[in-house]
Amino acid sequence: MAVSMTDSLLAADAQPAVTAPAEGAVLGNAWLLIALPLIGAAVLLIGGKRTDAWGHWLATALPLASFAWAVLALVQLLGMDAHHRSVGVDVYTWFSSGDLEVGASLLIDPLSISFVLLITGVGSLIHIYSVGYMAHDERRRRFFAYLNLFVAAMLVLVLADNFVLLFLGWEGVGLASYLLIGFWQHKPSAAVAAKKAFLVNRVGDLGLLIAIMLMFSTFGTVAFSGVLGGLDGAGQGVLTAIGLLLLLGACGKSAQLPLQSWLLDAMEGPTPVSALIHAATMVTAGVYLIVRAGPIFEAAPAAQLAVAIVGAATLLAGAVIGCAKDDIKKALAGSTMSQIGYMTLAAGLGPAGYAVAIAHLITHGFFKAGLFLGAGSVMHGMNDEVDMRRYGALRRYMPITFATFGLGYLAIIGFPLLSGWWTKEGIIEAAFGAGGLTGQLLGTAALVGAALTAFYMTRVMIMTFFGEKRWHDGVHPHESPASMTGPMVVLAVGSVFLGAALVFGYRFAHFLEPAVGAPPEHHEFSLAAMFTAPSALAALALMVGGVALAWFMYGRRPVPVTAPAGNFITAAARNELYGNEINEGLLMRPGQVVTEALVAIDTHVVNGAVNGVADSVRDGSARMRRAQTGFARTYALTMLFGAAIVVATLAVRI
Amino acid sequence: MISATQAAPGAALAAPVITDSPPAIDYWLLAPMLVVFAAGVLAVLAEAFVPRPRRRPVQLLLALGGVLAAFVLTLAQAFTLPEGEAGTTLALGAVAVDRPALFLQGTILVLAFISLLLIAERHGGEDAFAAQAAAVPGSEEEREHVLAGSEHTEVYPLVLFAVLGMLLFPAANDFLTLFVALEVMSLPLYLLCGIARRRRLFSQEAAVKYFLLGAFSSAFFLFGIALVYGYAGSVNFARVDEAVQAGGAEIFQGGNGEPLLLLGIGLVAVGLLFKVGAVPFHNWKPDVYQGAPTPITALMASCTLVAAFGALLRVFFTAFGGSVESWRPMLWVVAILTMVVAAIVAVTQRDIKRLLAYSSVVHAGFVLTAVVAADSAGLAGAMFYLAAYGFTTIGAFAVVTLVRTHENGAEAGDLEQWAGLGRTSPVLAGALSLFLLAFAGIPLTSGFIGKFAVFEAALAAGAAPLVVVGVLSSAVTAFFYVRIIVLMYFSEPAEKGGPRVVPAGLLTGSVISIGVAATFLLGVYPTPVLDHLIPAPGGGTDAEVAATADGFTR
Repeated sequence: MAVSMTDSLLAADAQPAVTAPAEGAVLGNAWLLIALPLIGAAVLLIGGKRTDAWGHWLATALPLASFAWAVLALVQLLGMDAHHRSVGVDVYTWFSSGDLEVGASLLIDPLSISFVLLITGVGSLIHIYSVGYMAHDERRRRFFAYLNLFVAAMLVLVLADNFVLLFLGWEGVGLASYLLIGFWQHKPSAAVAAKKAFLVNRVGDLGLLIAIMLMFSTFGTVAFSGVLGGLDGAGQGVLTAIGLLLLLGACGKSAQLPLQSWLLDAMEGPTPVSALIHAATMVTAGVYLIVRAGPIFEAAPAAQLAVAIVGAATLLAGAVIGCAKDDIKKALAGSTMSQIGYMTLAAGLGPAGYAVAIAHLITHGFFKAGLFLGAGSVMHGMNDEVDMRRYGALRRYMPITFATFGLGYLAIIGFPLLSGWWTKEGIIEAAFGAGGLTGQLLGTAALVGAALTAFYMTRVMIMTFFGEKRWHDGVHPHESPASMTGPMVVLAVGSVFLGAALVFGYRFAHFLEPAVGAPPEHHEFSLAAMFTAPSALAALALMVGGVALAWFMYGRRPVPVTAPAGNFITAAARNELYGNEINEGLLMRPGQVVTEALVAIDTHVVNGAVNGVADSVRDGSARMRRAQTGFARTYALTMLFGAAIVVATLAVRI
Repeated sequence: MISATQAAPGAALAAPVITDSPPAIDYWLLAPMLVVFAAGVLAVLAEAFVPRPRRRPVQLLLALGGVLAAFVLTLAQAFTLPEGEAGTTLALGAVAVDRPALFLQGTILVLAFISLLLIAERHGGEDAFAAQAAAVPGSEEEREHVLAGSEHTEVYPLVLFAVLGMLLFPAANDFLTLFVALEVMSLPLYLLCGIARRRRLFSQEAAVKYFLLGAFSSAFFLFGIALVYGYAGSVNFARVDEAVQAGGAEIFQGGNGEPLLLLGIGLVAVGLLFKVGAVPFHNWKPDVYQGAPTPITALMASCTLVAAFGALLRVFFTAFGGSVESWRPMLWVVAILTMVVAAIVAVTQRDIKRLLAYSSVVHAGFVLTAVVAADSAGLAGAMFYLAAYGFTTIGAFAVVTLVRTHENGAEAGDLEQWAGLGRTSPVLAGALSLFLLAFAGIPLTSGFIGKFAVFEAALAAGAAPLVVVGVLSSAVTAFFYVRIIVLMYFSEPAEKGGPRVVPAGLLTGSVISIGVAATFLLGVYPTPVLDHLIPAPGGGTDAEVAATADGFTR
């Protein structure tokens, strides 16, 4: 025992902690985390109209209960030795036969528990917000059922201890996302957006699925421990292929280039959905996947570099799109793309970036959810208007929304000492730390992104809350009810303090170390360095520059109600950098040709063969049926004949 | 509970001799069968002495109560069976009480209970049985009885006696007991098949056919027993096994007794394969399943199949276990014929009950692949399959009882009349779809786990070609199951208004619900049942491990 303890202590610095079976009621029953919201979805969907009156309260209470359970689990986890903070929970064995055991088990470690807390915490707040936001929607029960379904599926995704269960959750959140984007099905645009999200996500899902199949054929298992622990046995080519396919899956779910096009359309869904699914949680699943599968990318440097490049490209593209959109939710969606680009970039830097990626993911979950809820609150008061050119001067009419949105704004642009600053600085520093030309380029991209972020967010802020009224007639903006402002206030508090809480002393990074590995170069946390490092100073200067430029363009001049023509860059940004057109030209048209060809082959070749077999079976059946004459004498003769066969086959032995 | 002398039957019972004193019998171990028997006898008395209006409740109480009590006793025995011990034999080695017997008996009792619920169901005051079976179909006398609301409560004692035979069949440990059990099981069933309320001539024809062919197969069976006795000098399975290991009874020492044994095995096999309905002994199944009252069909398709396979497994594993290499090729041939012929013939069936009958034949073929494996995995797979299939098939036949040709009409056998059921009765069609998917072996249903278990056992025993045939015929069967689902959901109804469905009463409703629940639960969470069936890799000496290798006591 003592020997093995020392061994694990020595080895734990570089390797993931050894997973032990769960002990105690809290961790042993971790399946409850998933079961609670799932029960909510089931009750609301099966119970039907009977649950209309109280269903939304139940649906709000259950994720809260999950959150409480997760806090208890965290406390237990913190009570353990750092190297033993990896707990396997066998939930259910479907069947086992010899070596093959098919079932489900969960993995609770610092990485998954962080996600669980984010999902259930922010998720619960958004449930509360939705009680007010959806109060007048006659299909509110269904909305809450889908939200609960989403929470359950997302928890499956992050708690799975193998790639197949992860994939189940992955598809589950995709389904919930589809249902919720198209929730207002009476709007054709919503139905189309849901379909688009579904289709684009299929491309990514296919990548993930093939990656899982490759893993199974290479390693003979799909468990995290088996795959990530058995990488030595695989060739470089296979690992690179798996890495790139995982990246494709991540791109689909996290709206990274080239599968980014669905996210902006997804803003057709109700705003709480945009906040929870398309900002705080589901779209970050790709980052989770890459960090979870980190050892694969470390063993396949080409795939890892691809991750960083995709992240850098998306962070710029998303920011550019965010600069040009007049629809407040689409501007924020561009920003989400861009921020997830930051996380992906960091995740592509290896162990040096994992902790900062996850830290930024969590602070982003708070401030972006807060910004979306603020946008929802504005829309709530403005008769569902989304065009920022029709806003203006709202700070006096919606003071709480203004204050919370403002704090979220300061956090996202990286105002010193607010949440976003702490975590974004970490990413920029890590990008430059990658060294060489790559590091310089990635770092520069991150810095440019910081300037763009400051610009487009200031633009959103000014067009919405400052300047003069540009409202439509008959609009009477008012502050939202407490059920909506309450969650916004909580998220704003998180936007202010969470970053410091996580980054100060690299507490969060050390917490994650057993799960994601330690950065190669160890250095002590230093607040002074965060201010005086060249990259930090540059980021600060660029941020101030971005804000100033936005102020110059939108604050000092009146904002026209119709958008000016603009130059070709503006036009490209408004058209989402022609992502849809590119998809259409590269994928849709060739896809149609391939489909038509396949249909032709199917009709003439495959159907011919299948129908041929079916016809011959049917003919044989008709012929054999005649033996069933209905006469007992025939039957008796058949039996006699059968007895002869039986005896003959036995007599072969003699 | 289990006395020491009986736990070691080997020496003491080597040569059973008739003595003046009766043998000591552990009645506790026989209690489940005795309870069912007592309930049957009391039911006959009730038929004689209880006034007509009160007979039905009394009979129901006796039948359901008897079966339930027997099940509780079986459970108690299963839990008191000592860990690591196979079980015991009693009554001079005539009856075995071991894990397989207890599991199969428990399964039979549960399935019989559910079937009894279906048998007891009345739609519009009419049950599924003729008002007066003795009246000529279509006669004035029959009409009078129908109008008077007569009914045959004799059904319940008959079912109880049939169940008694089924309980004894898989537990019988010598050939004579086996034969008695076979007849006790079969005779009431012949009668029950012939007393359908509607299409009575059809029903009577089915009963006569079943009886004739059953008698024919019994003759084979009995002749086979005689030959085996001639070879082994005993009808006891353990003695037969010893004789097979030793190359025959003493008179054959030095000579060649094998032809006698092989002929005996073959003819005994004919009798048993007839009961499970394997090709080419299957011809009775479609006709009988179609003609019999549907609740009785449900009873036969579930309980009789379990009992018959239980007996087949015990005879081939224990009595003929020593000559497995001789009979394995024979079962290969029968299993392949069964799976292929039945699957192909089923494709063109147009009557739902005939289709389910052929489906039952195909399933018998799948279970035979596990018998071919001839090891503990095969036994476990076969038993799981039988239990899972029993629940599903009763549910399917329960649905059949509800769909009618017209208002107050007979059951709609013709599949055309089922078109559009999914629209008019979505719940009913959904339940039937689940049962059909389970028959087809789709994952997350009990059928998938069952198929997986039997095919895996066959594969491990080196019967890969058999498994290939099995998977292919599964694909063929999936075709016609799915065709029914398509018919229910995507076809225009043959008549306006869609199929006529009588509302499911409480009894039929619970039968279908139990079927759905079991089909789903055994598909999603089969582990507890499977774990119970597969003997734990044991400690103890090699001899002990060998003695309990497949769970049968010897």
